[in-house]
Amino acid sequence: MEIKKTASAGTLESSDIMVTLEKGEKGIEIDLTSTVEKQYGKQIRKVITETLESLGADGVKVVANDRGALDCTIKARVSAAFYRAAESTDYKWGE
Amino acid sequence: MAYQKVRLRRTMMFIPGNNPGMMRDAHLYGADSLMFDLEDSVKLAEKDTARFLVYNALKTIDYGNIEKVVRVNPLDTDHGKADIEAMVCAGVNIIRLPKSETAQDIIDVDNYITYCEEKHGIPVGSTGMMAAIESALGILNAKEIAHASERLIGIAIGAEDYVTDLKTTRTASGVELFAARAQLLIAARSAGIAALDTVYSDVNNEEGFRKEVQLIKDMGFDGKSVINPRQIAPVVEIFTPSAKDIEKSERIIEALKEAETKGLGVVSLNGKMIDKPVVLRAQRMLELAEAAGVYKRA
Repeated sequence: MEIKKTASAGTLESSDIMVTLEKGEKGIEIDLTSTVEKQYGKQIRKVITETLESLGADGVKVVANDRGALDCTIKARVSAAFYRAAESTDYKWGE
Repeated sequence: MAYQKVRLRRTMMFIPGNNPGMMRDAHLYGADSLMFDLEDSVKLAEKDTARFLVYNALKTIDYGNIEKVVRVNPLDTDHGKADIEAMVCAGVNIIRLPKSETAQDIIDVDNYITYCEEKHGIPVGSTGMMAAIESALGILNAKEIAHASERLIGIAIGAEDYVTDLKTTRTASGVELFAARAQLLIAARSAGIAALDTVYSDVNNEEGFRKEVQLIKDMGFDGKSVINPRQIAPVVEIFTPSAKDIEKSERIIEALKEAETKGLGVVSLNGKMIDKPVVLRAQRMLELAEAAGVYKRA
């Protein structure tokens, strides 16, 4: 699946993360703002990258504003934003 | 089987499906069941994001022995089928169907769960179901609904929609719900499944809440839906057998054992004959006390 439009998922509430995906150059470029960047910035980038790679994404620019989200929340928000950006509902549950 | 047909279900706490903070902390409050909501608490534009959130939370967060329930959107909406498939794959214990009106509503969801289990290589029958009844038609069909699927662990009443359908409002006495609660309870018991009561919305009125919990406990309900962690402790307290009840039940069971040892056909305690229903009630009381952690069988 490829990105067709800019799309977001998530909120700026505590324990959440707002993720916006747009078409980018080759690979995955991440612009991260986080309340816990010093402690968890590396891990947050890793979760975002792994989630997008597992969805087969390439050429993506990610803008993420994190408010202390768990890894599972980051994964959920990135996945939802990606399906929205790809204008797809062909969800791959269980994979 | 990834769910228990019979277990302690005193409190089922609502967790809005698009609230990651509540999902993270939900296991802390001592609810017997957690009900993640993809239906009314999630606005239409966020149905997809809530589904991803609950899916990933269920796959990742260890909620221990707490029962995991997800209220999905009705099957005839755009979101119902996607909700069910995602939650079956996430390993949910119970799919809660809202606004159930006929046995066919239950059968359709049961069939779709089976389709999802087969599609994803999950043993057929490992996902449980419960049905919420929220209309006059649903109450009239409560018996057929309760008997409609082997997957059903219980039926629940959703009072807000029901009283609107009845053209009334909720009152402090609960008179408007009396017939519906009674019919739902009898239907559940005839099918050997749980009966679960509706939410009490005024979280600041503890006295009114306690009255309602006592009422539904006396009627025979297994438990109540709660919308705030503060509502858990009063329910647990009211549903936990007292020391006096436990002692009385123990004496009845001891009298039963003694009669069996002596080969007596009649059980008696303090000169009074004890009927079978009394023994059954004493057994159930001790089971409830044990499950609540206030009693341990020798």
